[in-house]
Amino acid sequence: MTLLYFAWVRQKIGRGDESFALPAHVRTIAQLIEVLRDRGPNYRAAFAEPDRLRAALNQEHVRFDAPLRDEDELAFFPPVTGG
Amino acid sequence: MKTIRVQTADFDGGAECERLVAGQTDIGAVVSFTGLVRGDDGLDALALEHYTGMTEREIARHVQQAETRWSILGVTVIHRIGRLAPGDRIVFVAVASAHRAAAFEAAQYLMDYLKTRAPFWKQEHRGADAAWVEAKESDADAAIRWRES
Repeated sequence: MTLLYFAWVRQKIGRGDESFALPAHVRTIAQLIEVLRDRGPNYRAAFAEPDRLRAALNQEHVRFDAPLRDEDELAFFPPVTGG
Repeated sequence: MKTIRVQTADFDGGAECERLVAGQTDIGAVVSFTGLVRGDDGLDALALEHYTGMTEREIARHVQQAETRWSILGVTVIHRIGRLAPGDRIVFVAVASAHRAAAFEAAQYLMDYLKTRAPFWKQEHRGADAAWVEAKESDADAAIRWRES
């Protein structure tokens, strides 16, 4: 799948996008966060407080219980501040 | 006419309003909103980042929602990205309708949703410091009032 990061999530992780093979046991965004958190201190910092994050799946806002497929585009970001 | 643009360049609100009504005689009201960068606490600049693709889709979805709720004859939404200085124009929403109530309400609805749903992020620059803007509870409340019960 394609993972995208924006604003301080991007800065903490140190990149804006990456390809990631969705592990077979990961069904939801909440479960994926647990996996991503173990990828290093930068990921741990970005995903330390999931409550501060929002997600979009294939460019639509979703909750963390949304199911995932390997062909998805998943974005993590803080609450939006446009306008 | 429907126009949605995300751009670094400035815009001319007056010209956008004229374009919105050009050649139409069924429009009786145009309401426009222009948002400016406020120079709070010695702000030097705002840097705006967005999610290319999703931004345009999300704005288009809310324009469609507005069209189902109000009788709208034209909409223009422009949001700037990149580095902006205090006083710069940052966002523009204009709605044309036969009567003023629809135009006022739809313009406010679109602004409230731009604030809470469109994937933009602001970073404030003051001297050497850069800080991401935190989302405001009051903006979320403003959007919630449009929810149909």
